[in-house]
Amino acid sequence: MTTAATGSRGSTASLRHRLAERGIDSSLWLMVPALVFALALFVYPFSYGIGLTFQPGLATQEKWGGGVLANYVAFFRDPFVFDSVWITMRLALPAALFNVLASIPVALVLRRRFRGKRLMTSILVLPITLGTVLTAQGLLIFAGRQGWLNRALMATGLVDQPVQLVNNYVGVMLSLIITGFPFAFLLVSSYLSGIDPSLESAARTLGAGWWQRFRRITLPLLAPGLATTFILTFVLAFSVFPSARLVGDAMGSTRVMSLMAFRAFGEQNDYPMASTIALMMGVVELAVVALVLAWRALLYKGSTGGKG
Amino acid sequence: MAALEKVRDEAPPKAPARGRRPSRPRGSVPAPGTTPGEKRLAASPSAWFVWSGMAAFLVLLLGIIVAVVVDSFGRSWFDTWLPAEWTAQWYAESWDRFDLTHVIGVTVGVALAVVVLSVLIGVPAAYLLARRSFPGKRLVNVLFLLPILMPPITYGIPLATVMYAFGLGRSVVAVILVNLVPSVPFVILTMTPFIEQINPAIESAARMCGAGMRQVFTRILAPLLVPGILAASILVLVRTVGMFELTFLVSGPQSDTLVVAIYRAMTSAGGGEARQLISAMAVMYTTTMLAMLVVALRFVNPTQLVAQVKEARDD
Repeated sequence: MTTAATGSRGSTASLRHRLAERGIDSSLWLMVPALVFALALFVYPFSYGIGLTFQPGLATQEKWGGGVLANYVAFFRDPFVFDSVWITMRLALPAALFNVLASIPVALVLRRRFRGKRLMTSILVLPITLGTVLTAQGLLIFAGRQGWLNRALMATGLVDQPVQLVNNYVGVMLSLIITGFPFAFLLVSSYLSGIDPSLESAARTLGAGWWQRFRRITLPLLAPGLATTFILTFVLAFSVFPSARLVGDAMGSTRVMSLMAFRAFGEQNDYPMASTIALMMGVVELAVVALVLAWRALLYKGSTGGKG
Repeated sequence: MAALEKVRDEAPPKAPARGRRPSRPRGSVPAPGTTPGEKRLAASPSAWFVWSGMAAFLVLLLGIIVAVVVDSFGRSWFDTWLPAEWTAQWYAESWDRFDLTHVIGVTVGVALAVVVLSVLIGVPAAYLLARRSFPGKRLVNVLFLLPILMPPITYGIPLATVMYAFGLGRSVVAVILVNLVPSVPFVILTMTPFIEQINPAIESAARMCGAGMRQVFTRILAPLLVPGILAASILVLVRTVGMFELTFLVSGPQSDTLVVAIYRAMTSAGGGEARQLISAMAVMYTTTMLAMLVVALRFVNPTQLVAQVKEARDD
């Protein structure tokens, strides 16, 4: 009897010990609030949404058929909805690419020390405070038909008629660049500062010109970071919603996926269809992200910076 | 082969004798006759290209900001360079019309609640993720990364549907809960490098002296983590005040934050409100954000968030 008791106590102690050796002990309770949060507010709603996509509304079922898959049939068959995938891509891909490519030279220039560097960085970060809504309002006023930009262009004689810059593709693109570029710049310059400057100095000692130094030293080291930056700016541009509505042509050339999802959610109260579009948004976006990540895996990920 | 590997490992030399070299602008050969340290005035063509691109960006940016500010102070601004009259009455009018006392109250309340909750939930989790390894850690990492990687609308719409199903739709509670989804992972992401910087020996010493987990947290880690927590809090504050999509999906007239109120005013049916009223609101919004961001930048260098920064040498 006594031996059994001590034996069982011994085995619990050793179980605890064995668990602790594998990294399971009482301090893991610290993780519980975060896990509960993630399960309750992210995993559960997401699964619920996926379940919802298989419970199409009656109207959808009647119009498109396909039983439980009616929402997906509607998504792929309805050109009004499906075209929004290409419309979103046509906006988000060029915007993200431009933001990443343009921030490389700017980050390179701002890496040096010069007078007013802090001011310059602050100004470049300023658009983060604007938010998409104020950017939209500003674009409407500044680049509208009677705005300063068109007035200046007409006054200098570059154009005769006011250029249409808002309420179309160009307006949304401008707003994506204004909000996305500072973000890309911040990331690229932080990756750039992670690259050991002595590598470039060494290349210079060996007689490399600036282009060779950039092409052979900086760019390869920076490339993984650039891929990360591209992904993050792409995510930002992909979910463009307020500016597509406010400075874009919401029913035409900037009818992006998030607008369609919101239309189904807020205006038609068709929650299953809204969830379907939202889910497909996630799928399309993750596909692009996975492609970029696969490419990034081929790049150098050694010990000196820029790796992200 | 092994020797080659070793050489390659040692290849990045650790900046020998940096003190002895005269400082000189990077990328330019000093012209004869210039003293070391003097910078050339004429820039190279590539630099001109970069600077002109930046100038164009700045013109667009400042144009947008100034246009909104001028619009918010002007009266009857139509086909002219500047408004005909100046007035400050748009501010008072928009304050009354959109009940901004309430809107700003909601915004501040939501933002503070989100900050406190996300720090309380996120910091312990960040501690574990930074210090410990346990089964399923990769899975947990992915779980916390997903809300940042996905577009807000993707998880926002199912989440909002759930909120409405639970009868929380259009309530302040729903706005707070929804905003926690990207904030907690953001706190975890921001705090991890701060925690990694703390020497684990300090915690071990405290434990040797008999401190329990709670004491280690309140007496050792919390004081050391104050800068990191401040940085994360301010960034979460800025993000929450600026968060449009998620708030918009669940908020109603009584729980709109400032951004959503501006959007609703801009898109309200029937041509909507006078443009100047919206400009006034937008200026107030930007001023608040700017103040917060200035405070944030005092505590945290944005470029330090992603990588361990080595200050570029000035040579």
